[in-house]
Amino acid sequence: MVSLRSDFLGISSPNPFWLASAPPTDKEYNVRRAFEAGWGGVVWKTLGLDPHIVNVNGPRYGAVWGPDRRLMGLNNIELITDRPLDVNLEEIKDIKRDFPDNAVVVSLMVPCEEQCWQDILTRVEDTGADGVELNFGCPHGMSERGMGAAVGQVPDYIKMVTAWVKSSTHLPVIVKLTPNITDIRYPARAAKAGGADAVSLINTISSITGVDLDNFSPEPSIDGKGTHGGYCGPAVKPIALNMVAEIARDEQMSNLPISGIGGVTTWRDAAEFISLGCGNVQVCTAAMTYGFRIIEELNAGLAQWMREKGFTSIADFQGRAVRNVTDWQFLNLNFVTKAEIDQDLCIKCGRCYAVCEDTSHQAIAMKPNRVFEVIDEECVACNLCINVCPVDGCITMRQLAPGEKDLRTGETINADYRNWTQHPNNVAASSSE
Amino acid sequence: MTSGVVSARLTDEQYQRNFSDVHLPLTAHEASIEADRCYFCYEAPCISACPTEIDIPLFIRQIATGTAEAAAKTIFESNILGGICARVCPTETLCEEACVREEAEGQPVEIGRLQRYATDTLMNIDEHPFERSADTGRSIAVIGAGPAGIACAHRLAMKGNRVKIFECLPKGGGLNEYGIAAYKTVDSFAARELQWIMGIGGIEIETGCEPIDSEQLDHLRQSFDAVFLAVGLRGVNALDIGGDDIENVGNAVDFIAGLRQAEALSEIPVGRQVVVIGGGMTAIDAAVQSRLLGAQDVTIAYRRSQSEMSASRHEQDWATSKGVRLLTQVRPVRIIGRDKVQEVELEYTKTNAQGHIVGTGENFRIGADLVLRAIGQKIVQISDVLTTKDGKISVKGAGRTNLAGVWAGGDCAAGGQDLTVTAVAEGRDAAEDIHQVLNN
Ligand SMILES: Cc1cc2nc3c(=O)[nH]c(=O)nc-3n(C[C@H](O)[C@H](O)[C@H](O)COP(=O)(O)OP(=O)(O)OC[C@H]3O[C@@H](n4cnc5c(N)ncnc54)[C@H](O)[C@@H]3O)c2cc1C
Ligand SMILES: Cc1cc2nc3c(=O)[nH]c(=O)nc-3n(C[C@H](O)[C@H](O)[C@H](O)COP(=O)(O)O)c2cc1C
Ligand code: SF4
Repeated sequence: MVSLRSDFLGISSPNPFWLASAPPTDKEYNVRRAFEAGWGGVVWKTLGLDPHIVNVNGPRYGAVWGPDRRLMGLNNIELITDRPLDVNLEEIKDIKRDFPDNAVVVSLMVPCEEQCWQDILTRVEDTGADGVELNFGCPHGMSERGMGAAVGQVPDYIKMVTAWVKSSTHLPVIVKLTPNITDIRYPARAAKAGGADAVSLINTISSITGVDLDNFSPEPSIDGKGTHGGYCGPAVKPIALNMVAEIARDEQMSNLPISGIGGVTTWRDAAEFISLGCGNVQVCTAAMTYGFRIIEELNAGLAQWMREKGFTSIADFQGRAVRNVTDWQFLNLNFVTKAEIDQDLCIKCGRCYAVCEDTSHQAIAMKPNRVFEVIDEECVACNLCINVCPVDGCITMRQLAPGEKDLRTGETINADYRNWTQHPNNVAASSSE
Repeated sequence: MTSGVVSARLTDEQYQRNFSDVHLPLTAHEASIEADRCYFCYEAPCISACPTEIDIPLFIRQIATGTAEAAAKTIFESNILGGICARVCPTETLCEEACVREEAEGQPVEIGRLQRYATDTLMNIDEHPFERSADTGRSIAVIGAGPAGIACAHRLAMKGNRVKIFECLPKGGGLNEYGIAAYKTVDSFAARELQWIMGIGGIEIETGCEPIDSEQLDHLRQSFDAVFLAVGLRGVNALDIGGDDIENVGNAVDFIAGLRQAEALSEIPVGRQVVVIGGGMTAIDAAVQSRLLGAQDVTIAYRRSQSEMSASRHEQDWATSKGVRLLTQVRPVRIIGRDKVQEVELEYTKTNAQGHIVGTGENFRIGADLVLRAIGQKIVQISDVLTTKDGKISVKGAGRTNLAGVWAGGDCAAGGQDLTVTAVAEGRDAAEDIHQVLNN
């Protein structure tokens, strides 16, 4: 039997899908609907001190669409909760009482003073919540007031605030990281040094989604002006995966638990985050795009895949991909492949030809009757033809077997592993010999 | 071309071409493109347009994310006959008519074909997707192994009850096996599906039994905890113009059943000039399949206007695309022929002020060497004590008849649309009700 049950820092939930701290978790009404729909847990929309902040009253989102207006990226200039602290705390208490089996974590952002953190933590503990998440990530509005990303971009501050929080509460503490930095390992290590029980990432990426070409204002436009917002949704997943992987394989982090966030849209995305070391995932934009009912596809899809692979619990595949993330210099240069076009599947669109001919290595021949064939003498195996082909599985990469000749280089394939550090062209490598 | 009713009008190749799958299954590539068109509408209108209320956006999203098996399970949870429904449902008047993309661009998401893609994927791994609950000790008799009976039996068995199905024909499946047009259910799909559904366990089926009558019903009511009547419409309406005993005048349903059960289509005789009387799905299917068997002229004669035909516009267009002539506002008044039929005499009609069809007095004749009646099927009553409504068994709620412990559903029960999918919905809902009553 496959079990989706998740145990993250001792916080148990029926499945590893939590809703990230954002509008879907801003009110009791939404959270109730989410749990009724089947979500495993929520991180409540970030709480701050009273008087509560205010939001803009014009549009707060910008968007990037794919074909058929599929929402690929969303950008927002919303701030933390704009409702009074008491109201939120009261609702959190009610929710936790009514849904004891679901995870309820509370996201927090208060000024950089120890007293402020101590006060709010005492009040959060009273609600019966399962844990807290420190929002060091929000890239707009709050950072200008010395909170959010303003803390998350300075490792020393992260460590200091995390330590205050750890000494004031018995609840598990998750530190939510901002991606708006140059090397994610530094803030992650700081969180660990401050005593964090886990990190969660990513928060949104600073962005402008577009410019209105009539009034020359960035989108979303508020009375003719715009500001940078936070980018999220399917478009940010690759960035999030990389940051997760960097932390997961960092020896100094010694397996600190990770909650994966950023563009999780289907069960597949979740499986990828978890295989890169995450203990669970958080979802925001996908729910904001399709509504809460996608949880059924997320659960069923993950369960089906686990069954097919013979996994019975999340732990069975958590971190499986981490050992396969390496540095470029250690990739095997004796691994040689060639693109191959399946003529039965080919719909003769010619996109592979256009891109290889114009922008790459002139390695595809266009023959009479629109037959497209790879020229092995030219193909460097870059993958671009596969990436632009509209038919899944039509172009594939064939690995050349040891002993076979690579017609491009004229060299015979060597079965041995050889990477850049061992390559004769690497001046650093040969000089050290 | 040979006149009269003869077999082997075509070559084997022609038969094969004419009776192959009318809608080819989607390939994985086509399915992923089509699935991507679904907007995952909130409380999607397609769901409520489906009589079995399949969660269509969910199963389409599951196809889009590469889990067609999970998609199939979503379908089968609502409709265990989702496989045949994907082939025979008039989707243009059900789910696809409601799709917002029909409104937006006149081109709905192809829900029926996606449903077939998902259900075929799961059925091909030949594993029953549901598990039977612990035995309840209850047993139910189901009369008739058509879609209503099968759906009811499966749901009851899944909930741990034991079921025995009594079917008077040699094969189970009801009209799936004997009635649906051959090109909608190729490769013995109906039989394979029934076999697969039986995989739940707990269902016994007795085919070729004596038709259950009033006396046997009383007996069954005593030996089982409940009875579900799913006997369909075994009778056919008569034409009242004489000529019934003339050779080559017959019922469309018998003609179709013969065709469905034939070892080889070349054995099925068909006329050179065929006249089908009626205006419903049966008339369309009999006419189209006559053409596909090689008839030269096939005419559907219908007494009202074209827009009043109960066959949908899509089906009418399908028939005309196959070369069937639709002759409307005419009624047959005489069938002419000494021993074999030669002609049909028709009279033009109009609708009078009261809305009745009346003849105009102008008659004409058309040549015919095969005449098929398709003017409606009717119930063969099981018992005088069952109350009826519009000639069908009257039911309340989820199929409760006036007899205690007896439920009815599908074509034999009043209400509903006489479609495979409504029969499935009624069978399933009756099962839920029976289970509730027996186990609470
Ligand atoms: C020619 C034709 C084409 C059709 N095409 C379509 C289509 O394309 N799409 C669609 O949705 N619908 C179609 N329909 C309608 C659809 O087939 C029926 O609505 C559906 O089969 C009804 O299911 P049922 O279980 O109520 O009855 P049936 O399928 O009629 O099954 C009833 C079963 O009960 C058995 N039975 C009857 N009396 C007794 C008795 N006394 N004892 C034991 N067994 C008994 C019968 O032998 C039969 O097997 C078509 C119908 C016909 C006639
Ligand atoms: C409108 C909006 C408001 C958000 N507000 C918060 C917030 O208050 N606190 C927080 O920690 N993250 C906030 N986020 C960030 C999300 O929790 C999440 O980290 C981010 O959207 C990436 O996940 P996704 O790609 O699944 O959307 C917000 C995101 C959006 C779209
Ligand atoms: S109505 Fe059409 S677009 Fe909307 S969910 Fe149904 S199939 Fe998809």
